[in-house]
Amino acid sequence: MSAEQTTAKAVEEQDDRSVLRQIAESSGLVVALAVVASIVIGAILVVLASPEVEEALGYFFSRPADTFAAAWEAITGAYTAMFRGSVWNYNGDTFVQQFRPLTESLTMATPLIFAGLGLGIGFRAGLFNIGAQGQIIMGAMIGGWVGFAWDLPWGLHLIVAIIASVLGGALWGFIPGILKAKAGAHEVIVTIMLNYVAANLIAYALSTDAFQLEGSDNPKSPPIAETAQYPLILGDSFRLNLSFLLAIAAAFGVWWLMERSTWGFRFRAVGANARAARTAGMNVPLSIIGVMTIAGALSGFAGSSQILGTESSGLTAGVAGSFGFDAITVALLGRSRPLGTVMAAILFGGFKASGPALQVQAGLPVDIVLVIQSLIVLFIAAPPLVRFLFRLPAPSREKVVAA
Amino acid sequence: MKNTLRIGAVAASAAIALAACSAAPEETPSETATETAEAVDYKACMVSDSGGFDDASFNQAGYEGLQAVSSDLGIEIATAESEGESDFAPNINEMINQGCDLTITVGFLLSQATVDAALANPDSSFAIIDDLADNDFDGTTDAPNIKPITFDTDEAAFLAGYAAAAASQTGVIGTFGGIQIPSVTIFMDGLLAGVNYYNEQNGAAVTVLGWDGETGSFTGDFSDTTKGQSTAQGFIDQGADVILPVAGPVGLGAAAAAQAAGNVWIIGVDSDWTLTAPDYSDIILTSVMKNMGPAVYDVVSGSVDAEFDVTPYLGTLENEGVGISDIADGVLDDAVIAEIEEIQNGIIGGSISVTP
Repeated sequence: MSAEQTTAKAVEEQDDRSVLRQIAESSGLVVALAVVASIVIGAILVVLASPEVEEALGYFFSRPADTFAAAWEAITGAYTAMFRGSVWNYNGDTFVQQFRPLTESLTMATPLIFAGLGLGIGFRAGLFNIGAQGQIIMGAMIGGWVGFAWDLPWGLHLIVAIIASVLGGALWGFIPGILKAKAGAHEVIVTIMLNYVAANLIAYALSTDAFQLEGSDNPKSPPIAETAQYPLILGDSFRLNLSFLLAIAAAFGVWWLMERSTWGFRFRAVGANARAARTAGMNVPLSIIGVMTIAGALSGFAGSSQILGTESSGLTAGVAGSFGFDAITVALLGRSRPLGTVMAAILFGGFKASGPALQVQAGLPVDIVLVIQSLIVLFIAAPPLVRFLFRLPAPSREKVVAA
Repeated sequence: MKNTLRIGAVAASAAIALAACSAAPEETPSETATETAEAVDYKACMVSDSGGFDDASFNQAGYEGLQAVSSDLGIEIATAESEGESDFAPNINEMINQGCDLTITVGFLLSQATVDAALANPDSSFAIIDDLADNDFDGTTDAPNIKPITFDTDEAAFLAGYAAAAASQTGVIGTFGGIQIPSVTIFMDGLLAGVNYYNEQNGAAVTVLGWDGETGSFTGDFSDTTKGQSTAQGFIDQGADVILPVAGPVGLGAAAAAQAAGNVWIIGVDSDWTLTAPDYSDIILTSVMKNMGPAVYDVVSGSVDAEFDVTPYLGTLENEGVGISDIADGVLDDAVIAEIEEIQNGIIGGSISVTP
């Protein structure tokens, strides 16, 4: 390769990185406004989807007030249902019913916190890791197998099962890491492909006798032994379990790793400018492998919070839901910082938890929540669009990334 | 360019304005009051699995049954679609919070969540489609307030198998499933048994590709029609001229392959495909119908006024919970059609066994 080509490639790479960094480091105001904008657009969609509004529009010129009343009712109905479904059900008869939505939001947020933290580390190190879905599946599959097939005493069983989950996820992160570091394979392609591998691997595993319940041909494993389940932290009435506290602890751990440890400094330096980091004597390939493995391990934790927590009735092919992909949004929304990720995960957990209430109480298709989530991503990915919408001045200078 | 946009915008707003010109409905409070008085105080609810209520398969069939019973009897309904496994328990719980008298869940994936909810809410009633709610396999339903709704689809598939064997010119029949689960393989079992019965009765040697009673061809999901197309093409290349795809919408891919190949028949599943897939009506030999909508209708309407009856509902040829649709005209001799009717009576009477 000639010197010229190398320079051109380096420039291109630099561009690539700065776009990613711009997205990941968009300012807090832009993030907040993106949420506001998507809720407003969501309201418009709610109105359009409402049959009452459609009916009232039919005679708009005879009695326009009806249309606005119906539209207002549809919007308030949707957003109060969202609130009741995710924060506080003020219509509940008992305290348990009233308080339950908040715990559901936190329960749904738990896997997102874990996976989002892992992805955030990658984003800050300049690695666009799409592989959380596959890593969650591998973690859930291996941890779940330990959970239902092994027979260990209380306490030990849970710990062993968690470690198995974490190792499963870490393995699925290590593979793209080492391929990127040693062979230059692009992590986006490799992680996407490994998602497919994991999805088909679990489907295959569930068709074998080793993973199926005896006497059944359904692709579903036996339930996880009680000794390997996360204990519930608020009693039997709530699904919130110990993994939520572990997720918060993991957020502290990641903060310490990224802000206080030498390893974190290396990761950030590689993300800011891999060439400079190499010149400064840092081992870039090792950093890439480390970042991907840690990200995978955190996603493995997310898998454990599913299979050893909320989904402990048995492993199925859908154990990861869409958490792995939602976690990408969470990490971006949280600007790849631990605190931001936790907050974003709780916001998304709330969105997810409000799904049933939206469908049943407000009669809205669950897709509207997905649309709102997707709009948030769209706005965050395009900060200039948000600035344009809200007439914000462009930033006078690029934010300096402290490495 | 800008002008076209403008003209378009004017035209669109004119259309909206014209559409909005109709008269407002009269305020008729008295009428509304009587209507509410007439409505039955009963709420039936349904939770789908991740296929959603537009899956052209069992979620949709159950949903249509629920809507029919709601409009006929004036009962309230509520529905929730699940995006994934983690939605099952919250969705069912939301139904209970909303005061549903009867909650119907769709599919074996919801089995455990339904049992958990039923045990925790002994005063509510539950029903589950395509599952026995028997997760400890002791032969009984795990909670006293769940009514399982299942179907002996193999009885109808047996008839379709016999018809397929009679209709086949090449003596080769293909079948494939979406995922290897009992509610899918029961179709394939019935087909295989029906073909074998035809061979016994007529000294023929019709073979079945894609299912041997233990293992077979599965596309891996219920959504990717291209897999259905390529699997069916594989069977056609091996000489099959009748194909039974047991994979919901994936079967439409098989129908496309059959249409392209010519001289290949498709056997529809779940509903009468000459009605639900009219594009392919000329290549549908018959359909193995699993009448889930009517079953849901019966279960709901039966429990509105009476005590909830948890006796498992089992759709059979006898109670018309399963059956085959009319066989395409002119394919089979009248004698064979008479034989099929005889076999149907034999299955109902118990003289013919449908297990392969």
